[in-house]
Amino acid sequence: MSGPLDRDEMARIVARDIPDGSYVNLGIGQPTKVADYLDLAGGVVLHTENGMLGMGPIATGDDVDPDLTNAGKQPVTELPGAAYFHHADSFAMMRGGHLDICIMGAFQVSARGDLANWHTGAPDAIPAVGGAMDLATGARDVFVMMSLFAKDGTAKLVPECTYPLTGLACVSRVYTELAIFHLTADGVVVPETFGIEFDELAERLDVEIRRPPNRE
Amino acid sequence: MSRTRVSTAADAVAQIQDGDTVLVGGFGMAGMPVVLIDALIDHGATDLTIVSNNAGNGDTGLAALLAAGRVRKVICSFPRQSDSWVFDGLYRAGKIELEVVPQGNLAERMRAAGAGIGAFYSPTAVGTLLAEGKETRTIDGRDYLLEFPIRGDVALIGAHVGDRAGNLVYRRTARNFGPVMAAAATTTVAQVTRVAEVGELDPEAIVTPGIYVDHLVEVAS
Repeated sequence: MSGPLDRDEMARIVARDIPDGSYVNLGIGQPTKVADYLDLAGGVVLHTENGMLGMGPIATGDDVDPDLTNAGKQPVTELPGAAYFHHADSFAMMRGGHLDICIMGAFQVSARGDLANWHTGAPDAIPAVGGAMDLATGARDVFVMMSLFAKDGTAKLVPECTYPLTGLACVSRVYTELAIFHLTADGVVVPETFGIEFDELAERLDVEIRRPPNRE
Repeated sequence: MSRTRVSTAADAVAQIQDGDTVLVGGFGMAGMPVVLIDALIDHGATDLTIVSNNAGNGDTGLAALLAAGRVRKVICSFPRQSDSWVFDGLYRAGKIELEVVPQGNLAERMRAAGAGIGAFYSPTAVGTLLAEGKETRTIDGRDYLLEFPIRGDVALIGAHVGDRAGNLVYRRTARNFGPVMAAAATTTVAQVTRVAEVGELDPEAIVTPGIYVDHLVEVAS
């Protein structure tokens, strides 16, 4: 890669790292785009927390059905093999550890994997959590997709989150436009960078990062 | 003979009293029992606690009930949306109480109510602002929060077809909270697009058995 990833390239990279046969929940916003790069006919099954496995692409034209939406309330389609279930079952399969991967956006992620993505903490903000806490706690792996730096230039991968938390030590990977971060028991490992050298990345972050063991 | 009655919307909501807790189905507009909510607005009951995933969209359905000033408190997972201006205005004016509950805990707390569970431990929200005031317990090395059931005096839900025995089938993701709420309320009213005769629905396909359903209201699909 020559430069930082754009949103489509990020979605493609995340999709590349999802094993065939995975049951995956894509969060609202940027993660939704990952679906464009997944082989939904061949292996990956999408879960939507409003009660469906086997969700297909966004519906258009005559395929729009108000009774068939994703968690962002956009009209979607159903694929062969789809199944519907009620909300308690939908979250039970998540909380029960049956969902392999959940992909979400974030305000901040800590080096330990704490996730902050539901509330800015601003006094006038109306709190709204949806399924974020359930997903963060329930999915076996939580991947975050986010820009590495906020608009004010501060890093969003941090030693400790300052925004209100969604879940503790739940994030295993962070995908950003500049690098991929694996949050492991041995620290934050950076297997790939995009348009930035490892040393410059290390300098711009307050979190200590490492090259993968075979490249140290 | 089944206790389920086929009713008009007005008759079905007539028993709702001031101060009642009303479970309202739907996720966005999918499964939202709009006709029943409109009947509740006409009925006039006020000081209600509404339990629903969202706090109204646009100006119809739940949003219209809120706009009419009938709701004291909303228990929901996601009040803030691009089209939740009615709720947003009431909340910012301090005219409505809000309890935010993670979506899965919301569903499970109602499931517990319907299943006769006294309380349960959930790992969701441990270590967050929403854990405040909740009992924490460590089980097999993992932390959980004690969560209590949410019961409704009445549930208003949307389903696809109901038979005269009260058995319900749903359509696609419009199922969402319907089956859980039907069991969690003292009285359940289901808005359906068609009332079928007994025996017409495949017993293997029934999602909500009629034991949970008190009133069916047929509405145009």
